[in-house]
Amino acid sequence: MIQEHVTTIQGVRVHLLPTDKYKTTTLVLKLKAPLAKETVTMRALLPYVWQSGTANYPTMKALRTYLDDLYGATLNVDLMKKGEHHVMTIRLDVANEKFLSEQMPLLHEAISLLSDIVLRPALENGRFFSQIVEQEKRALKQRIQSVYDDKMRYANLRLVEEMCQNEPYALHVHGRLEDIEAITPESLFAYYEKVLREDEIDLYVIGDIEEVHTLEMIRSHFSFPSRSAQTVSLVTTQPKTVIDVRQVVEKQDVKQGKLNIGYRTHITYEDDDYYALQQFNGIFGGFSHSKLFINVREKASLAYYAASRLESHKGLLMVMTGIEPTNYEKALHIIHEQMKAMKQGDFTDEEMAQTKAVIRNQLLETLDTPRGLVEVLYHNVISARKRPVEEWLAKIEDVSREAVIRVAEKVELDTIYFLTGMEGK
Amino acid sequence: MEKIVYDQLQEQLYYEKMPNGLDVYLLPKKAFNKTYAVFTTKYGSVDNQFVPRGKTEMKRVPDGIAHFLEHKLFEKEDGDVFHQFSKQGASANAFTSFTRTAYLFSSTSDVEKNVETLIDFVQSPYFSEQTVEKEKGIIGQEIRMYDDNPDWRLYFGVIESLYHHHPVKIDIAGTVESIADITKELLYECYETFYHPSNMLLFIVGPIDEQAMMEQIRRNQAKKTFPSPEPIQRYVYEEPKEVATPRRVIPMHVQTSKCLVGIKAKHVVSKGKEKLTHELAMNVLLDYLFGKSSSHYERLYQAGIIDETFAYDYTEEESFGFAIVGGDTSDPDRLSEELKQMILSFEPSALTAEALERVKKKKIGAFLRALNSPEYIANQFTRYAFHETSLFEVAKVLQSLTVDDVREVVDECFHESQLAVCQIVPKASM
Repeated sequence: MIQEHVTTIQGVRVHLLPTDKYKTTTLVLKLKAPLAKETVTMRALLPYVWQSGTANYPTMKALRTYLDDLYGATLNVDLMKKGEHHVMTIRLDVANEKFLSEQMPLLHEAISLLSDIVLRPALENGRFFSQIVEQEKRALKQRIQSVYDDKMRYANLRLVEEMCQNEPYALHVHGRLEDIEAITPESLFAYYEKVLREDEIDLYVIGDIEEVHTLEMIRSHFSFPSRSAQTVSLVTTQPKTVIDVRQVVEKQDVKQGKLNIGYRTHITYEDDDYYALQQFNGIFGGFSHSKLFINVREKASLAYYAASRLESHKGLLMVMTGIEPTNYEKALHIIHEQMKAMKQGDFTDEEMAQTKAVIRNQLLETLDTPRGLVEVLYHNVISARKRPVEEWLAKIEDVSREAVIRVAEKVELDTIYFLTGMEGK
Repeated sequence: MEKIVYDQLQEQLYYEKMPNGLDVYLLPKKAFNKTYAVFTTKYGSVDNQFVPRGKTEMKRVPDGIAHFLEHKLFEKEDGDVFHQFSKQGASANAFTSFTRTAYLFSSTSDVEKNVETLIDFVQSPYFSEQTVEKEKGIIGQEIRMYDDNPDWRLYFGVIESLYHHHPVKIDIAGTVESIADITKELLYECYETFYHPSNMLLFIVGPIDEQAMMEQIRRNQAKKTFPSPEPIQRYVYEEPKEVATPRRVIPMHVQTSKCLVGIKAKHVVSKGKEKLTHELAMNVLLDYLFGKSSSHYERLYQAGIIDETFAYDYTEEESFGFAIVGGDTSDPDRLSEELKQMILSFEPSALTAEALERVKKKKIGAFLRALNSPEYIANQFTRYAFHETSLFEVAKVLQSLTVDDVREVVDECFHESQLAVCQIVPKASM
């Protein structure tokens, strides 16, 4: 179903995904290290410094002008938490020259540019440009602060913070505000050198590519300094038992209350029960036919959205909904009832079948976008468990009612977080 | 069935007009898993005054009714259509814009059934008093959610500032108060006026067999009866070319200030290739002025006035057009002044043929990238078709765009009286 050819070149795993579906070619570079207080802020800053200039195009304007010349190649970076890992991602997407009237070696230029961004950044006196670092430190502060203004994101983040106290997972993907000031061009550069030596690095190339030639281009451009043979930094999540359910109420000047609830599932991507957990989440709150949507929104008319999602590599289940502050008890009661129903096996064969069909559809659709395809395949890198897509589809089909109930029984309520108006509860 | 081939893009499009007036387009994309279908009516939030089908007088309906109708159409006597779709492995959705209401699904199996479900549910309204009342609670929470969202408040704040009368200034969902007046009778009246097949377009893209699918649609339409098509009379709002409120400040509980400058287009080309040219010229101009490779962007970013949220966009429909520029900022007053300065002092002669070529290249690449997305193709194709032009002409029109086309847009829009500033500032600092 998916042709993924993996080759290791100088400690970098290169994944080639030839397909003629797209009119562009996409390069995705992922760099992974454990999530840790000491490094989280540097990692949050580094990719943004990278995308501000290279040795050849040392300013943002020069680099962006060059991207425009490459028929508007897009360059973007982002950060993700995958369980207790912190992943930096750089994406470069470039038109496939066969659709252009002008013949330009765009893929070659793109590979060369991506390697420049990571391996040959803009430097002064053997370290990053201080002007770039200062500018990106300021942008990082704004990025961290902006979450307070988006209440949906804020409530999600606060729940994780409350729920995972003393676990690395509580760290923000964009780092710690209080650590930004102390970062210097020197300290960031020293950390950068460590990243090149020690991060686990994966490069994906998706598009209408010729494999041998593409590998040659990568080999000639990606000359990483001597890297320790791929350090597999597998961080396992320590099982945590819930002693007391935490309840946190926070007041702000908001019109809509945000009720977010965190559960521990004690199941991660690596477990055999993972498929049943997906199925559980689908029946409980993952879709518009799920219990949460039907009961909180359609029947009780309390909310516009009421959904649940999984943090697959951390084993968390998160419920989120936006309600009138005075409806807190009512909504919470309905959500508890739905969980109880799941644990009691109170769901129909029709709900089972429907959820399987939708999960299958969702997975196949995700594979239709270059970005989605990479995210699905990257699960295999994060986890020691390799799951080919065919296995995924077959195992979802095989999930039984009993397995879903077994999973439901493991799910444990951990924290209830409520962001409410000044006059609320 | 007509076949339209786009050689350079390697796309083949199939078209047929049904006897009842419905336009159907099919775009096979064999390598994809997903089929995406969107069934759209040319009816949106701006259509708040019209002559209902079978009547002679203009009628004003409550704000937010097009969006409310979109929500309610999913509910049938025997339950929710979402349910039906998910049983068939599809994910369904809908959206209402200023000028369109679209119903869609995407699925990787049971495509024929899903197509049938989509067409049938949109063409068989069922509204009851009880479910209309219940929906008011749900949409009420949707409105509240946006009330707390500073980006949305800012976006509508600037549109509201641009327009005196045009209903584009009204939030698509209406208000908690306006939706209270919606009744099932009003919903039927809107439905009958705007959901006639002759006012609608169906676009399907994916690994489909075009012959079989067109035949299925023909059969589906042939078994239904519709009254004969009638032209829809929509109220034409008289809108001055100047903005309504040049400056507006909205205090909210935020940590970061936000600022947008809106530019009101004076005259809007309503359709055809000219429209495409007008719209693309404005887009190219905005890119040249405010794109990440522009000197303005570099200067403002280095000065810490803007951050990565800085963006620009042009929206043009049949009866209105506006550009919006801005984002989060540490200094909203300075950003508004800087942006206004850039706009008002811009000399079209500064745009060299070389600079124009670079922006065009960038836009052509972006267009190819957009064609990776079945959703983009279907939604944008529909929009362009309603304007009597074609999405697949974009690259060609871009290619032929001249410095003069851009100059015209500057002359038309870049005047002080056509600019409005809207800011969100932290409440404490007021």
